[in-house]
Amino acid sequence: MLKILKYSFFDLMRSRWSYVYFLFYLLLGVVLLFLNNDLSKAVITLMNVIIVLVPLIGTIFGVMYYYNSKEFTELLLAQPVKRSSIFLGQYFGVALSLSMSLIIGLGLPFVFYGIFNSGAIWDFSLLLVTGAFLTLIFTALAFVIALANENKIKGFGYAILLWLFMAVIYDGVFLMSLVYFEEYPLDKFSLVATMLNPVDLSRVLILLKLDISALLGYTGAVFQKFFGTSVGFILSSLMLTLWVIVPTYFIQRMAKRKDF
Amino acid sequence: MIEIDNLHKRFGKNEVLKGIDLTIDNGGIFAVLGPNGSGKTTLIKSILGMVVPNSGTIKLNGTSIKKNWEYRNDIDYLPQIANFPGNLTVKELIKMIKDLRSSKTADDERLIELFKLQPFLDIKLNNLSGGTKQKVNLVLTFMFDSPLVILDEPTTGLDPISHIRLKQLITAEKEKGKTILITSHIMSFVEEIADEIVFLLEGKIYFRGSIPALKTKTEQSDFEHAIASMLSSSYA
Repeated sequence: MLKILKYSFFDLMRSRWSYVYFLFYLLLGVVLLFLNNDLSKAVITLMNVIIVLVPLIGTIFGVMYYYNSKEFTELLLAQPVKRSSIFLGQYFGVALSLSMSLIIGLGLPFVFYGIFNSGAIWDFSLLLVTGAFLTLIFTALAFVIALANENKIKGFGYAILLWLFMAVIYDGVFLMSLVYFEEYPLDKFSLVATMLNPVDLSRVLILLKLDISALLGYTGAVFQKFFGTSVGFILSSLMLTLWVIVPTYFIQRMAKRKDF
Repeated sequence: MIEIDNLHKRFGKNEVLKGIDLTIDNGGIFAVLGPNGSGKTTLIKSILGMVVPNSGTIKLNGTSIKKNWEYRNDIDYLPQIANFPGNLTVKELIKMIKDLRSSKTADDERLIELFKLQPFLDIKLNNLSGGTKQKVNLVLTFMFDSPLVILDEPTTGLDPISHIRLKQLITAEKEKGKTILITSHIMSFVEEIADEIVFLLEGKIYFRGSIPALKTKTEQSDFEHAIASMLSSSYA
């Protein structure tokens, strides 16, 4: 698997898009830090960008890479390589190179700004870790979608729908249900609903770390009580890990049964 | 030795292989023939494990290929359409495949020389002509010394000189005692090199035997006509 990972990784590292993605984060980091001059505010703005953009790029890159490397895959299938290693290798190759663009692209301006001497280092690290998690999750979901759909257009369509649902629609439905059922106790429901969507979970985790949960009002207090504890933190990390493991398992399972 | 027992494969509603029983002994050139859509490529891909059969077993030298991948170390495969990752150069591609099968010694330089590929080594695969791609494909296939060689339409796009070199190459491999499985639509090519033919029709084996036996059976003196007569009698 490592050999396949290496080839996919270097293949992507040579592609123009990795650089575009990297430069985008570099620019974003520089602009936010040096025009804003406030580390905490920069982290919040970054959070808003990352929460939406990382899943989008992860899904699109994942689907695109799978369809574009069809020839490479067919070539590999006739070689003495295990099937699951081919697909897992490609998946980790994509997810790793995307995470690297994110971490290095954002990391560099922050390092130059002097993040190591600032109290915001943990907020910032959490931001990068959740960003990496979101990349892993959405690239895996993209691979599952691509494996299930021979038709490129359909695959792309489903991938975009998935992103739209997770990043936008889910929140809308969630809010509407909160308004609709406002007479009932909703603490448990909102906790569970947040835990079930990796995008929401990441957002809440970062917001709570930034100590601005007061902005979230009453729910903020509930969340603070839950996520602020170590049990809550471990549980949410577990949830994010689960969101990586389950699609990865599906990639492996679907790869085993597919005809080429 | 390849043993195939009652192999079935369906793609959706389309039943491509309807119970193939085939035993191929070691050594010799076997041609798998049949009209378009008769299941030649599906049969070959099943042996390679690229297509997962619905039922039936395939054994290579006594071991089942199911849930197994190491056996592909003993197979060299030439795919029908040379689809390569386009942004690699010829040299990088050869290096990569050698790296994936690092347990084997590769004989790529002799083959590059044979097909005169030196001027193309640093060119990206996207920018190669169909015939040159096919030559690269041949180099990748023949550079390892595996006991079983599977060639799916090896002559596609080749010029006459390369065609002759390919025939010499196949004959030389046969003399080493290898088993070679070929599909082709060029009947003169098949007649010249094949020891035995396997004729597939609508997902079943319709005829298996030597070329003289086929000619006697169909009462035709010409190989191409013999095949045609088999086709028309089945269509009638």
